[in-house]
Parts: sequence; structure tokens; C-alpha cells
Amino acid sequence: MAAPLTLLLLVAVTVRAALFRSSLSELISERVEVVSPLTAWKRVIEGLALLDLGVSPYSGDVFHETPLTIYLFHFLVDYAEVTFMVSVKKNVFRKQKFALEADRYPLDCLELIRSPKEMYYIPLKVAMFYLLNPFTILSCVAKSTCGLNNAIIALFILSTIKGNVLLSAIFLSLATYQSIYPLTLCAPALLYLMQRQYIPVNFRRASFWWFIVQYAFMYLGSLFVIICLSFFLLGSWDYLPSVYGFILSVPDLTPNIGLFWYFFAEMFEHFRLFFLCVFQINVFFYTIPLSIKLKEHPVFLIFMQLAVISIFKSYPTVGDISLYMAFLPVWSHLHRFLRNIFLVSCVLLACSALFPVLWHLWIYAGSANSNFYYAITLLFNVAQILLVSDYFYAFLRREHHLTYGLYLKRKDGSEATLVLK
Amino acid sequence: MGLLSDPNRRRALISLLTRLNTPICIVCYMAGVAWFMGLAFEPFTLRTYMSENAMGSTMVEERFPAGERALATGREFSAHKKRTGGMPVEWLMKTMQAKGLEVFTQRFSRTLPFPDENKERYMVRGTNVYGILRAPRAPRTEALVLSAPCSPGDNNNQAVGLLLGLAEYFRNQIYWAKDIIFLVNEHDLIGMQAWLEGYHHTNTTGTFCHSRGGSIQAALSLELSSDIITSLDLVLEGLNGQLPNLDLANLFYAFCQKIGVLCTIQGKLQRNDWDSVSGYSHAVQTMMLMVMKQASGRPWGDHGLFLRYHIEAATIKGVNSFRQYKTDATTIGRLLEGMYRKLNNLLERLHQSYFFYLMPSLSHFVSIGYYMPAFGLLAVILLLRALDLWVQLSTPPQRTEDGVTDIEPVRGVLSLLTPLVISHLTGVALYMLPIRFQEMAVEHFPVSETEAVVLTAIAVYTAGLALPHNTHRLLSGEGTEQGWRVLKLVAVLYLAVLLGCTALINFSLGFILALTLVPVAAFVTPHVPKVLSAFILVILSPACTLLFSVFFFQELQEMPISFQDGWLLFLSVISQGILDHSLYGSLVYPLITLLVYPCWLLFWNILFWN
Repeated sequence: MAAPLTLLLLVAVTVRAALFRSSLSELISERVEVVSPLTAWKRVIEGLALLDLGVSPYSGDVFHETPLTIYLFHFLVDYAEVTFMVSVKKNVFRKQKFALEADRYPLDCLELIRSPKEMYYIPLKVAMFYLLNPFTILSCVAKSTCGLNNAIIALFILSTIKGNVLLSAIFLSLATYQSIYPLTLCAPALLYLMQRQYIPVNFRRASFWWFIVQYAFMYLGSLFVIICLSFFLLGSWDYLPSVYGFILSVPDLTPNIGLFWYFFAEMFEHFRLFFLCVFQINVFFYTIPLSIKLKEHPVFLIFMQLAVISIFKSYPTVGDISLYMAFLPVWSHLHRFLRNIFLVSCVLLACSALFPVLWHLWIYAGSANSNFYYAITLLFNVAQILLVSDYFYAFLRREHHLTYGLYLKRKDGSEATLVLK
Repeated sequence: MGLLSDPNRRRALISLLTRLNTPICIVCYMAGVAWFMGLAFEPFTLRTYMSENAMGSTMVEERFPAGERALATGREFSAHKKRTGGMPVEWLMKTMQAKGLEVFTQRFSRTLPFPDENKERYMVRGTNVYGILRAPRAPRTEALVLSAPCSPGDNNNQAVGLLLGLAEYFRNQIYWAKDIIFLVNEHDLIGMQAWLEGYHHTNTTGTFCHSRGGSIQAALSLELSSDIITSLDLVLEGLNGQLPNLDLANLFYAFCQKIGVLCTIQGKLQRNDWDSVSGYSHAVQTMMLMVMKQASGRPWGDHGLFLRYHIEAATIKGVNSFRQYKTDATTIGRLLEGMYRKLNNLLERLHQSYFFYLMPSLSHFVSIGYYMPAFGLLAVILLLRALDLWVQLSTPPQRTEDGVTDIEPVRGVLSLLTPLVISHLTGVALYMLPIRFQEMAVEHFPVSETEAVVLTAIAVYTAGLALPHNTHRLLSGEGTEQGWRVLKLVAVLYLAVLLGCTALINFSLGFILALTLVPVAAFVTPHVPKVLSAFILVILSPACTLLFSVFFFQELQEMPISFQDGWLLFLSVISQGILDHSLYGSLVYPLITLLVYPCWLLFWNILFWN
């Protein structure tokens, strides 16, 4: 296990280092798909320079990182994140899967349950999916601070799955502090931790509420500490509007792979607030139905939440996508139930190639326009949504088969098919 | 969503697509070609119309009187050119100053990677002279360019003369709201590139331009080699197949109609008998010429490099043939005056009309929405094939024994990666070696530098055919049935994405490549007869496509050539392609060598899988 992992790590670092030294890195770090106004390294440097001059880095409209990031030397962290990711997944999923796949299912479903041998390779596959994903490599070479956010979320998942309530709350608050959206991850975290401590999800039980209060206290407490710490470091509250206001009110309409920019660029100004609310609520809203449906499977819920966040957030980059894509090998047992994976992967592939082409046509050649680029953005996001919903469907279908048996019979004995309507 | 979620309907559709895959593919191919040929049929095309309001509804009056004087200036220029043996910089500066322009010069020098045998140049050194007529009526934030090349020999003297004549006339008018820059560039495109880089301060080859006008909105390049012409030809194709906004062509057409000058595109007059066979074939010829020129990716006139800077530009060529209808310099001057006055009225950049179009005649065009389905029908074949392969790969249960499944993916990946890496390395070699090895080749073989470059390219290309197949066996043993299917799936998707991206940037190139590569991609398996398929594969490879295109292009221009000459032309086309890439950054050569050729090698690899 250790040998292939080391090899993988070596390959991953070599690829990054090679790209980093090449002339491509400059090009990549300018790409709108890879860096957003929130995560661009260029802006971080600007902020650092302002800080050195004794000016508040938030005084202009350039810097939107959280204060704590300024004080981190980024590049080191980016590589650290790589190692984080590996170690995280390494321990996480073996345990989690064994917990999930208890032998309480009908016998003929044996082939649906993962053999320990396959389980053994999952951490490696996850690490491979993350480290060798071109999206991750791109965002790492661009020195996007997105890697930092991913690392924090990965640490949060690790500590949650290890069952460490305090660390989980702390990392969750850090992730929330970095970019508001991971807030929705507290639902799966709570569900998972309760599952581990055998606390039933029941609104009438005091133990349930007591646990929630405990977790909320830890979460809010650490959030409070972090926010106050940033205040004392900077000596002003400037960063609140500049970071969170920037995320929530989406003033920067630079094209990216998300859905916001085009929509808000086209919109009449007086509808802006309304649609802003609609779009932002959209990100958070899925937490409720998903947690009700998946309350038995919090890890899958984490995956769904991460995907939803990275599709619907205001400044998405390919780095965010790579985070939830790293989970895909964990669900490799769902592959036989996936229906549109070929279509979706073709579309994702084609879109990734078309992004730079249409950007070139729009910005450099001047012959295409923003509609072309947005069409591809839209297609890319539709493909992502299809991918996630396909996995969701496959997951539910597997659950169904686990309880009712793999080969369903109709009442008259002929083979039945499941239809989703 | 019924299709995506209802398993029964999905199964029915997929089984239909796999069962009828080959017939559907053949029908799609036919339909694609038929659609493309149909584009030239007049009822299927749109009439051109002026979209830009600022140019459409306003009236201008053309009064340029001094055609004869302009021609006299041209003769004087010619005499001075002969005396100095190149660009008569002093004389031009003096003359332009006398006409009341602000005159500047720009020196440039450039060494080509290898000698250009067509134009006989290697170390290029020259001077551009340009005069700016400052706009009297507006802040000088925008500019128009009129350029004429100073070519060796007796060419284009009349163009320079007319340019100077127009400069003098324009100087006395008060209605200019944009600066007008009169540019005489030496060494055609090299000079033009130096000037554009100097003007936009993105310099690599020449000195900076000391004085600038506003941002350039539009440019026309004038080529005129006789005192009296019979028709004017409009050249649109620029670098990498980029085209100017259609409104520029419309403007030219509108003024030709108004003043009564015969106008052509691709040297073809427009005909009215679209319903006859000859009329249709005439339109097809015109459109095919445009397609071939666009696909070549090279600038077909001095205007070609302007497009890179978002400047709409075209070249106007005076043609003197044996037609009865004659036009004198005064009329051409009036035409240009009218066009510049209309351009002068522009309030924003030309953007209203189409940027993606093909023209079967000057008065009709085919827009992107009409021609893309032709390409789409060809691309669909690749997707259908990929779907078929996917179904084949996923239907037989892969896990026969539990123990095998763990090793299999590693070997599968290896047998997939090897051909991919090797064919791309061959592509890189094809891209790098010709220029790197020219000195060595010249030392060891009795060839000139240019020949060395071209022959190295051909040698690497041919050597590539021997290389990649069977290499995977060294690493992973016998090629499996599943192995080639996976490789073909990857190759087919790769080709689909590649052609799609190419067709978006340069439709003609994408379509021509699709015409030849899609059949290859569709039929190749290891089980077809080897010798025959190998022959077909070679015939349809990118280099042979280029060779056929050369002959076809000559045929279209009604200048058929013998095989010997065709071969020589083919060699010079390759050298021109490499030169265009290193001089102006044309993308066709790297595209073919780094992406298309490796992709084709993958199919070659599949053929020799076992």
C-alpha cells in the first residue's frame, strides 16, 4: 500500500513541478476556469504587498481572501494539501465502508457488497483521482488558494469520520470561515457523528438535542475565535464585507465556469437582489431534502453536498470540482447502476476542451461572443448535475436492491425492471 | 427526461443504435457531404445585407477626381523604387509630407528560420513608411488604415500612387472623425507584422512606432498593378482562417454595385443562373476555393494579420484580364473614398454582422448555423462509433475470475498509454526536428536548407508509420481484444473533441480533416484485411489529404498541373506552412503535427494491433 502511494505522490509532485517550471504556468494561472477572483494567487500577492505597505489589503477591490490566509506562505501549503488529501482518504474510507456494509442484507446481494480486497485499493484510487486529476493539477500549478480550502474540507471529513467531534467542529468552522458554503456540511457531520455514538435521530429525544447543542457550541465557538483572531490581526472589520459580502453579493462578474456571471451580467439592476437571494438559497436549500433522504448515509451526503456546493457556488473553479470527483472511486460499487456515465463523461471531456477554444474565439479572435462561452458553461454544469444525480439514483437503487434482492421478480414471475418516475 | 431514466426505452434506443450502427454511419456521412454541397445552392443561402446601421442608411457622395495624377505619382514612385533598388524611403517621406501628413518610418529586420524559396528571402531588412492624417472633427481616439505593399519589380506601383492621391484628397476634406493612416509596407506580411507589433507595442521584430493614431477600427490593403483594371477582387481569408466581419464585404459589394465596378470573390464573377448546372457548379467552385484557402490557415493578403488585433480588414486586388469592361483609377479612388467615408461614420467596432460565414458568391453567404450541421453529421459518426464500442465493452461481464480483475486494469492502462505516448512523441519529433536538423541535413546531403526542412518532415512522418504499432506488446504481451477496443474508444473520442475544437476555430480545416479522418476512425479494426486497409489509411492520412488538396485547389483555380509540378508545389506548401507558423504564428502546422497526426497514428496502431 505504501509503495504505490509513494510512487503516486512522486508522479504527482513531478508533474506539478515540471508544469510549474514551464512557461505554461503563467498561462494557466491566468485562466478563468482555474482561478476565481477569490482564489487567484495574483491577488494574494497584491494583498501581501498592501499589507507590507501598512495599507489594509481590503481597501481596494482586489483582495478577497480571509485574513488568516495572508499569513500563510501559500506554495508550501499547496503541497502540504497534497499530502493531506492522501492521508485523509487512506484512513477514512476503509473504516467507513466496513461500517456501512454490515452483513444485515439478504444473501443474494453478496455481489453488491464490496470485498475487502477491493476496499483495500480505494484510498489509493481516491488519492489517484485527486492527485492526477488534470483539474487539480491545473489549479495547483496556478497556485490557486482553492487547494487550501480543499485541504481544510478534507481534514474536516477525516476528523469527522474518525469520530473526533471537537476537531470536526474546528475544521468545519475553518472551512466556513474560508468560504461560507461548507456550512451545509454540518448536517452530514452531525448525522455521522450521531450514528457513531448511537444517538438516534429523533426530535423528541433530549440526547439528540443535547448533541446538537454541543456541536453547535464547539462550531460557533471556534468560528468566533477565528473571526476575532482575524480582527485582532488586522485591527478592523474591513474583511467581513470584502470576503463574505463578495461571496454573497457577487459583484465580480468575470466569466467563470459557474452559472452566476452571465445571468447577473444580463439582468436588470432592480431584479438583482431578488435573484441573488434565489441563487444563494439554491446552494443551501438542497441540504434539507438530501439530509432527510440520506440520513442513514452521511458520507454519501457529504459527497452530494460538496458536489452541490461546487456546482452552484458563486465563484466555482475546477479545483472545487476535483474535490468531489475524488470521491467517485469510493462509489465504484455503484457503477453497475449508473446509466448516463458515458454520455456525461463525454460531455465533461468535450466541455473541458471547448472552454479554452471558445474563450479564445471570444476574447482574442473577437469573432464569437459571451453566449458561446456561457453555452459551454451551461452544458458543463448540466453534465455535472447529471453526474451527481446519476450517482444519487444509483445509490438509492442499490439500497433498494439490498433490501429487496438483486433480481426482482414480478408477481407473475417474469423479470421486473425498476422505473424511476 | 424519459429517455434518460426509462430503462426500457433506453435499451430499445441503444440496441437500435448498435444494431444499425454501420448503416446509420454511412447515411450520416452521405448526409454530411450532401449538406455541405447543398450550401452552395442559392435558394439555401442568405442574401447579404448591411447590418451596421451607421454604414447602412447614411448617404455619402464620392468626388475623388485625381485618378490620373495618382497614376503619375505611381510612375514617379516606380522610378524612385528602381533607382534605390528597394523602398524609396526618402522620396516617400517627402511626398507624404508635401501632402500634409505626419510622416514616420519604422525599421525592422528579421531572420527566417530557413530561406523562403518562393520569395527568395532569408535575412529580411526593411522600412515601413506611414503617414497619419489627423482627424479634424473628433478626438483622435480611433483610426482607419489604408495600406499598399511596396513589392519588388513593377508590381503595386499604381496602388502606392493611388494611396498617395487619396491621401492628398482626404487631407482637404473636413469630415474625418477618425485618423487615417496611410501605410506603405515593405516585404509584404513581414513588414505588416512588424508595423502592427510596433503600433500595438507588442514588439518582437522591429522598432516601436514613434507616433500612433487612435485604435484602429478597420483596414484595407490595396493591390493594384495596372493603370486600368477590369474587376476588383475581394480577399477575406486571414491568419488561421479568421474572417473579417461580413459587413466589410457587404460594404465593398454595395459600393461596387453603386459605382458600377465589376467585383469578384476568389476571382469568380457572380452569376445569375443559379438554377442551371453550370451556375451551381460555379457557386460550388467559389465556395470550395474559399474553404480551401481558409483551411490553409495562411493570410491570403496583407490584411491577414490585422484580424489578430480585432481589426476588421480585407485586401482589394485590382485584376486586369481580357474582359471588355474597363475601370480607371479615378473610379477605384471614388470607391475607396466611399468606403472610407462610411467606415468613418462607424460609432462602434464592426460587430453587427457575421464573423463565421462562407461565401458562394459576393451577394450570398452561408452562416455558421447553416454550415455547422454538415460538420455535425460527420462528428456524430464518431460519437455513434464510440457508443457502439462502449456498449461492446460494457456488456460482457468483465470479472470472470476475481483474482484477474486486479491485474488487468494495470495492464490495460499500460497497453493504452504506450501507443498514446509514443504517437505523441512522434508528433513532437515531427514538430521539432525539421528546423533543428536542417544544418545537419545540409552538411550530409546535397540539398538546400528549404529542401532539407521539408524532406526531414516527410522522413519523420514516414518513419512514424513504422514506429508505434506493436510497441505495446513489448510491455504488456499480446494485444487483447478488449485492449484495442479501449484504445479505439479513446482515439475516437479524442478525434471527435479535436475536430470539434478545430471546426469551431477554423471550420474549413475541421471539415476537410473530418472528411478524411472520420471514415478511417469508423472502419479501422484489427480484423479488416491488412494490406488494403493500410493502403486506405495512408491515402486518408493528413499528408495525403494535403497532397490531394494541392491538386484540387489547382483544379478549382482552373490551372491543372502535372503530377511532377504538383509534387513540387506540395513540398513548397509544407515549407510555407512551417514558415507561416514560425513567422506569423499560424496554428495549422502545430495542430497537424502535434494533435492530428498522433491521433491518426492511433488508428494506424489499432490496425496492426495483433
